[in-house]
Amino acid sequence: MGIKQRSKSLLSQKSELADPQFQLQVINGQDSKKDFTKFEDNLAQSGHYPLTVSKLEIFQINLGKMCNQSCAHCHVDAGPDRKEIMTRENLEICLDILRKHPQIHTVDLTGGAPEMNPHFSWFVESCAEMGKKIMVRSNLTIIVSNPKYHYLPEFFAKHRVEVISSLPFYSAKRTDKQRGEGVFEDSIRAIELLNNQGYGQKDSGLMLHLVYNPSGAFLPGNQLSLEAEFKRQLARRHDIVFNNLLAITNLPINRFLDYLVANDNYEFYMEQLLDAYNPATIDGLMCRNTISVSWDGFLYDCDFNQMLDLKTACTSQHIRDFDVRSLEERAVVLGQHCYGCTAGAGSSCGGTIT
Amino acid sequence: MSDKTYFDPKDLKKFGDITEFQEKMGQKFFTWYNEVFKEGALTVREKNLIALAVAHVVQCPYCIDAYTTASMQSGCDEEQMMEAVHVGAAIKGGATLAFSVQMMNHVKKMS
Repeated sequence: MGIKQRSKSLLSQKSELADPQFQLQVINGQDSKKDFTKFEDNLAQSGHYPLTVSKLEIFQINLGKMCNQSCAHCHVDAGPDRKEIMTRENLEICLDILRKHPQIHTVDLTGGAPEMNPHFSWFVESCAEMGKKIMVRSNLTIIVSNPKYHYLPEFFAKHRVEVISSLPFYSAKRTDKQRGEGVFEDSIRAIELLNNQGYGQKDSGLMLHLVYNPSGAFLPGNQLSLEAEFKRQLARRHDIVFNNLLAITNLPINRFLDYLVANDNYEFYMEQLLDAYNPATIDGLMCRNTISVSWDGFLYDCDFNQMLDLKTACTSQHIRDFDVRSLEERAVVLGQHCYGCTAGAGSSCGGTIT
Repeated sequence: MSDKTYFDPKDLKKFGDITEFQEKMGQKFFTWYNEVFKEGALTVREKNLIALAVAHVVQCPYCIDAYTTASMQSGCDEEQMMEAVHVGAAIKGGATLAFSVQMMNHVKKMS
């Protein structure tokens, strides 16, 4: 069945929040009655400022903002109306970087729906030939959305791609509320197809991880407990399996920020993030071993800084000027949104940190 | 009209301050309370649902806010949370009705 879109992109709504500069003003509390402690000050107090990076190991590429879904909390502001797509020329530069840097062992492909990039399969095959570990952040529904994507489960299995998929809840009601009517049903069908290829099945080595993010202004609970409940409910109700559940905290940017502001929940949510600040998460933050590449080739400390257009604070700011030494010597660009990654058990593209 | 009410949601954050007037007992309470809500024979999720039901029965607005959040964080859905409240309500309603046996006994003795 088709998907009834949950919302429109901020860009197509001509929202002020479509402008990263305006978002930064909101996040940095320009209009807030409360004076939240600056993230940098908290880091300094625990002796972690400036935040330095460790070895660069993961190359995360945003293949484009185009998506077949338009989820209420999308931090990319992706959707069917977004046309930004990484070009073949930029992808070739990325391949060159990956070839020259064996220390980068993992390629993490995201979007939008990364599969909608017309060069997607060629790029995955090229990375596989180099022996890189490939992760694809798939929204699942793309697999069943159009016959031209039906090849994906078999293609993923052939290249041992690790599939990471958002499924905010094990029930249709809460999933569809966040991601659009019909998304849950299509997601279950897609997981069935992946399971048939061996994904999530014991001893297959084909990894299917689900991403849980809270469906409102609250923090995720214990990742292992949530995983146990998801496994129990999805097996019982739909006879489907997966490997791990990655619990990710929503960061107050783009459409989630829009939701928080529109529902008068922004200060309440920031209070929760600050109250849960946990310095033990800092060593494991993803910005310390990952570099994030935008669809147009610019370099960022993470996917969230990319959305806020906070480029790397070093001479290497574009794939054309990629210099691993400069990148490994840089300090991470910080902001109040960083509290999202340090709250509670911490949050990264790989789930909780501690 | 005054906008002050007996219950201020902000007071939930002050719960820890009850040790100010009786530190020893307060500390013992929080140690016990934290132990109760740890994963045990019951999961944290199950304990949160029980707490949510009890919060409604004892009609504590702070507890309702706190355990609605905790239930959602631990992966409960709306249907499960409402069923938990129904369980609490059924016990409370049932307990009231169970007292009617005393009324019936009394009526039968009198007439």
